[in-house]
Formats: sequence, structure tokens, C-alpha cells
Amino acid sequence: MIWAIRDTWTITRRDLIQWVVTPWRVVGELAFPIMFVLLFGYVFGSGMRVPGGGDYIDFLLPGLFVMTMAFGIGNTMTVVATDVERGVMDRFRSMPMTPSAVVTGRCTADMLNSAAGLAITIACGLVVGWEWHEGLARAGLAVAFLLLLRFACLWVGIWLGLMVGSPEAAGAVWGLLFPITMITSAFVAPELMPGWLGTVAEWNPLSSTVTATRELFGNGDAAGSWIASHAVLMAVVWPVVLSAIFFPLSVRRFQRLSR
Amino acid sequence: MAYSVPGLAIEAIGLHKRYGSTVALDGFDLAVPEGTVCGLLGPNGAGKTTAVRIFATLLRLDEGVARVAGLDVASQAREVRFRIGLTGQNDAVDEILTGRQNLETFGRLFHLSPRAARRRADELLERFGLADVARKQVKTYSGGMRRRLDLSASFILAPRVLFLDEPTTGQDPRNRNEVWDAIRSFVTEGTTVLLTTHYLDEADQLADQISVIDRGRVIADGTPEELKARVGGSQVDVVVSMEALPVAALALERVCGSVTVDDDRRRITGPAHEPVPTLEAALRALDDVGVVAEDVALRRPTLDEVFLSLTGEAVAA
Repeated sequence: MIWAIRDTWTITRRDLIQWVVTPWRVVGELAFPIMFVLLFGYVFGSGMRVPGGGDYIDFLLPGLFVMTMAFGIGNTMTVVATDVERGVMDRFRSMPMTPSAVVTGRCTADMLNSAAGLAITIACGLVVGWEWHEGLARAGLAVAFLLLLRFACLWVGIWLGLMVGSPEAAGAVWGLLFPITMITSAFVAPELMPGWLGTVAEWNPLSSTVTATRELFGNGDAAGSWIASHAVLMAVVWPVVLSAIFFPLSVRRFQRLSR
Repeated sequence: MAYSVPGLAIEAIGLHKRYGSTVALDGFDLAVPEGTVCGLLGPNGAGKTTAVRIFATLLRLDEGVARVAGLDVASQAREVRFRIGLTGQNDAVDEILTGRQNLETFGRLFHLSPRAARRRADELLERFGLADVARKQVKTYSGGMRRRLDLSASFILAPRVLFLDEPTTGQDPRNRNEVWDAIRSFVTEGTTVLLTTHYLDEADQLADQISVIDRGRVIADGTPEELKARVGGSQVDVVVSMEALPVAALALERVCGSVTVDDDRRRITGPAHEPVPTLEAALRALDDVGVVAEDVALRRPTLDEVFLSLTGEAVAA
């Protein structure tokens, strides 16, 4: 047990050292949310309408928080695929370390990275005038929902990374997956989309977290359909369902490496 | 049949492994004595990598018994992992970390204390000529430096058995020599090495014992010399001056029966049916026609020729 924790920490540490060694990565990670806030808040935002006539920046930021979490799928997938291709995964598996530490270490490192990314995006939001209006407790709950979503994305990323097996293929898969993260209520209210697309966007698991965090931050309510008015419930259900599907798939895929 | 022979570092009895309908190992047997280098030689797809992955506890076997350092790879995988090192075909190191950080990380995963992991990392970096670049990121390393770092990572615990899966594939000749020197240094410390390769000269250079593998089973084994002797037919090589080449070729043809002449190298090669008497007769014949040889050699067939005669197909060099 003690070794499971130490090995997890060693794997996590391996990832965290990368941040120290390559400061430009921190710059890149910082630039990303700033770019998104500027691009969507001001470039696209000048032409955006919020149903009920709210402030677009208020409407947008919860969407960007969710995007930051969803992009974690791409990061996790690429790192896992790189380890598989380079034989690092084989080396780990031939060593007397706790086998599950490969996964729990990845998990810890990615959650820490994403928490940092989220903190940066929140800071960017505060700079451009976004605010939470419902008190710290509800804002904290919203952050918890976001991290829960990231946890689900982790297993999707690990499974996909093990499946594709090379960083190039991971890039291609992420290219296909990327639009799915956009067909949500993150940037545009689904009721403003063509009917069928609006429904798809509303039922996108990411949208439930967007809507729920919007409610909790006090950045506007989405009323109407069942899925929108049960967003807080679904922001728990979706990530739990996704984890329940992709966690066992990842474990099985990991075991299949030795078949 | 599940016995363990003392003094054997690697022991495999009747290994079978299938992937779907593809048979990777089909009755694979192997016995490698402690402290020796065994070369697994065979074409791509012969089952070399599958065998190594089974010994390194990465792959479950379908049938048979495999022991490494006297331990069963199936039921004692964790104990086996404390006693082995593995270097695969790719450099299994982190590009972004420095060489030292890589070795420290692996050392800690081998459950060394942080201090011991650091000390061992420095020792290995020194030993493999990487001390100067220890604090540089691996992505700035040359191919040979990466390979040596990868090798030192599998040597952190000074393993009883080291598995090297095509360690020099894709390396230039200078890097290959560096890697060979590193491997030889492991052996002097008593580590047993199982080396897969499709480079015949690599097996010839490093291995005490070679097992030739084809279609999932060992089709021949022995020392490189024994394998070459099995094919028989030593060759006599004579190098003479350009002007003397035609005369010398005629003289040698009378001794050997037939010769081949390599004009570029000014070399005449003929079969030596009885090695030493043929060589003596060849020198006398040259003397009779007044030719002084610049170089004379009696050589065994190369492993390429051995492999060709064993399997009926050439190895991709």
C-alpha cells in the first residue's frame, strides 16, 4: 500500500518536473485561456446574443471552464499514447513497481495540471469582468463539478491513448473529437441553434456541466427542456456514467497489453 | 517437467503463444547458463520479441514453462521484475526530462530511496559517458547517447538477467560499437544477457551461444563457431598485387578446385576442404609461380551463410 502511494507520487513527479524543465509550457498553458477569452469574449462575442439579454462574458466563462476540462482528453490521450509508443509503458510493466501506479500517477498529474489550468482561466475571467454572484460556497461547488468532469475525461483520454498507441494518431483522433467539444452550450445557447443541432448540443454531456456551473456561478439559467432544467443533477450523472464506462474499458485495455 | 536446473539464468520449456490465428511461439525451448550472452537470431516475425516479452513478464504464455533467475515468470512475476532489466527497440526514456531525472525516476520506481536513486543515477551516467550531459534534456541527445541512457536505465539494480530486444536496430556503426561496449561491461559484472538481433555480426561479436529461431521455435543452437562449423567449408582468402592476380588465380584453382576473384580487393577466395593442408598447399603453389601474397587468411563461413543454409532464406541485413 505504502509503495502504491510512493510509486504514484514518483510518476506524478515525473510529470510535474516537466513543468519546471520547460517553462514555455507554462507560458503556452497561460496563453491558451487568455487567447480563448479574447477570441470568444471580444471577436466572436461582439456578434453573440445571450437569450434573456445577459452579459456575454458572464455567459461565456463557464463554457470556457468546461472547454479547459474537455481539452484534458487530448492531453491525457497524447501523453499515454507517447508512453506506449516509446516503450515507456513496457519498461514500467517490467519493473517491480505497483502496476496501478502507472494509471493513478497519470490521474494525479493530469488532475493537478487541469486544476492549474482552471485556476488560470478563472483568473483571466476575473480580469475581463466575469464574476460569481451566488457566494463562495456555490462557486466552490461549481469548481467541484468541473473537476468531476475532468476526472471523467481522464478515463476517456487513457482509454483512447491506449487504443491509438502513437502521438500522431492521438492528434488525428483529437482532431475528430474536437468538434464534439464545440457542439455544446458553451459558446452559443442551444435554443439559438437549428432545432436538431440544439437538441444534440443540449444532450452533450459537456453542456450539463456548462449549464450547471452557469447556475451555480449565477451567470444565467437555461430553462425550457428537461435536460436543461435538470443540469445540476446531470452534471453529476454524466461524468459518473462516462467514468463507469471508460474506467473498466481502460483497465481492460491495460490488461490486454499482456495478452 | 517443471524442473529448474541450477546454474541456468533463463530456462524455457515448450513455450507456445498464439495471437488469434497467428502462431508466434510453437514449442520454443531455451537454456541460458548464468553469466553468458545468448543471441536469439532470426528474421522478423520469427518470434524473438514474443519470447523476450514473455521472459520480461510483459506477456502471458499459453503453454509451457518459463523461468528467469530460477523464478517462474507466470506465478512469480513480481520477484522476477526485481531481477531483470529490459531494453526494447525504442528508447524508453522521457525526452523532456534530463538524463539524470530519467534515471532517478526509474531508480525510485525500482524502490531505491531518493538518495540511493540519485547516487545510482550519477554512477551510471559516469560509467556510460553521459556525465557531461546529465543535466541536459534527453531531446538534445544523439541517438547513441539515448541508447546508452536507455541501457543504463535497465541496469539500475544491476540485474541478474538483462533482455535486449534489437538494441542496435537503426543505429549507425559508431553507436553500435558504443552499445556493444556497454553490453560487454554488463557481462563482466556477471549479468546474463539475452539479446535478440537480426544482425548476424552482432550475434557473432557478443554472443557466447546463439539460438537460431524460425517460425516460433529454435532450429539450431551452439557457439558461433559451432554453428559455422556445422555448415562446414572454411574458405581460404589470398590478397595479391594487381599484376599477379591472374597467375595467382590459376595456381590457386589447381589447389582448391574453383576460386572466385574479387578484382577490387585483389582477393582470391576458394574453398578449403581440409583447412590447414589446403592453406599450406595454396602458399606452395603461389611460391611455385613466383607470387608473394600480401595477405592470407583462413576463415569460417559468416553467420549469414549459416543462416541461409539452415532456413533456406536470407536474413535482411
